[in-house]
Amino acid sequence: MQFRDHRVVGEILELARRYRDEGADELVFYDITASPQGRSVDRSWISRVAEVLDIPFCVAGGIRTVADAEAILNAGAEKISVNSPALLDPDLINRLAARFGSQCVVVGIDSQTTPEGFRVYQFTGDPDRSRDSGRDTLQWVREAQQRGAGEIVLNCMASDGVRRGYDLAQLSAVRAVCNVPLVASGGAGAPEHFAALFEQHAADAALAASVFHSGQIAIPELKQYLRARHIEVRT
Amino acid sequence: MADVVIIDSGGANLASLRFALGRLGASAEVSTDPERIRRASHVLLPGVGAAHDTMARLRQHGLAQLIPTLRQPVLGVCLGMQLLFESSEEAAAGTTHTPTLGVIPGHVARMLASPTRPVPHMGWNQLEPLRADPLFTGIEAGAHVYFVHSYAAPVTADTIATSDYEGRFCAAVRRGNFRGVQFHPERSAGVGARLIANFIALAE
Repeated sequence: MQFRDHRVVGEILELARRYRDEGADELVFYDITASPQGRSVDRSWISRVAEVLDIPFCVAGGIRTVADAEAILNAGAEKISVNSPALLDPDLINRLAARFGSQCVVVGIDSQTTPEGFRVYQFTGDPDRSRDSGRDTLQWVREAQQRGAGEIVLNCMASDGVRRGYDLAQLSAVRAVCNVPLVASGGAGAPEHFAALFEQHAADAALAASVFHSGQIAIPELKQYLRARHIEVRT
Repeated sequence: MADVVIIDSGGANLASLRFALGRLGASAEVSTDPERIRRASHVLLPGVGAAHDTMARLRQHGLAQLIPTLRQPVLGVCLGMQLLFESSEEAAAGTTHTPTLGVIPGHVARMLASPTRPVPHMGWNQLEPLRADPLFTGIEAGAHVYFVHSYAAPVTADTIATSDYEGRFCAAVRRGNFRGVQFHPERSAGVGARLIANFIALAE
């Protein structure tokens, strides 16, 4: 779920409860304004969320230091996810992994297909600042793992929000160089898109936001659909 | 009413465990005080972090000596379970293993990654009980629980449940009053809540 920090805690908790009850396997909370504006936000909502949720959750956005991450993990989140700050300071991944273990450290990557191949974009939370980071996606995926990333979330930007399905070609290319769990993000619009992702083993897990928020896809029905296609899902 | 104490092992899932107990209407004190821990009716040993760091912290508080002498039900969670064994391959730079609490025979080893087996093993996986234990009351074989780990304990005579990640590993263990689960019951939805409820209902 994405939110800017004006969204009241009550709304966050309500969404957290809703997804918990619908059978979501994990939640990711993105503070999408934290990184571009160079600031962090009030984190008091995290322990409120931890109190309510009995499934794992990850917090992303504005984590630049070990101390930022420590506050979030101590509040009860399982994982922290870093994106732009890791591009500016790749050693951040090493420091986080050394302090908390790789299993806590998710590296989020916003990637675009370009004539030069798959490229990593940064500051994507702000359309005015979003730009090519100068990095090749496959190289960055390898480097992030070497530095200690325990999970990669690949957001395929061209697919994001258009609901035409996950970018299976790009995800499969990344999957081939990824020895840690790969989470697909961007493009989910129909249950078939989730099935295609798993049937082609293009990722280990699927992340979606808008189709769940809008109610276009209900999680219980999605799971039923996947189960009928013999894809293992948690009951 | 259970008097649950969570050993403050310095890991980051202390809050999650306390909240999980809270959702069951139970409360728990978080402590490093050996006397307080000894008086508890039930002891939880959590752990997120590295084996050597956590053992150093337990030793610093005199808990590495205390824990093996506890007589009440003890539940190690994740790294807390691994520490119940004799040693772990998760070790400080320049050493090959970390000596751990040694209440359960066996050695914890690093999980080897392969293209089809990413490590850490992270996510929901199914539980296969090997023998009946009150910890699993009301939990069906094949129930999904949430794992996050890079090291695993071997399947031995003390293993009470396994899980399969291109090979079976110890998902739950019991030796006398000491039990451990590799997964995170505090993040395993209804199944995890049931397991924690079963643990605090143990009287032995």
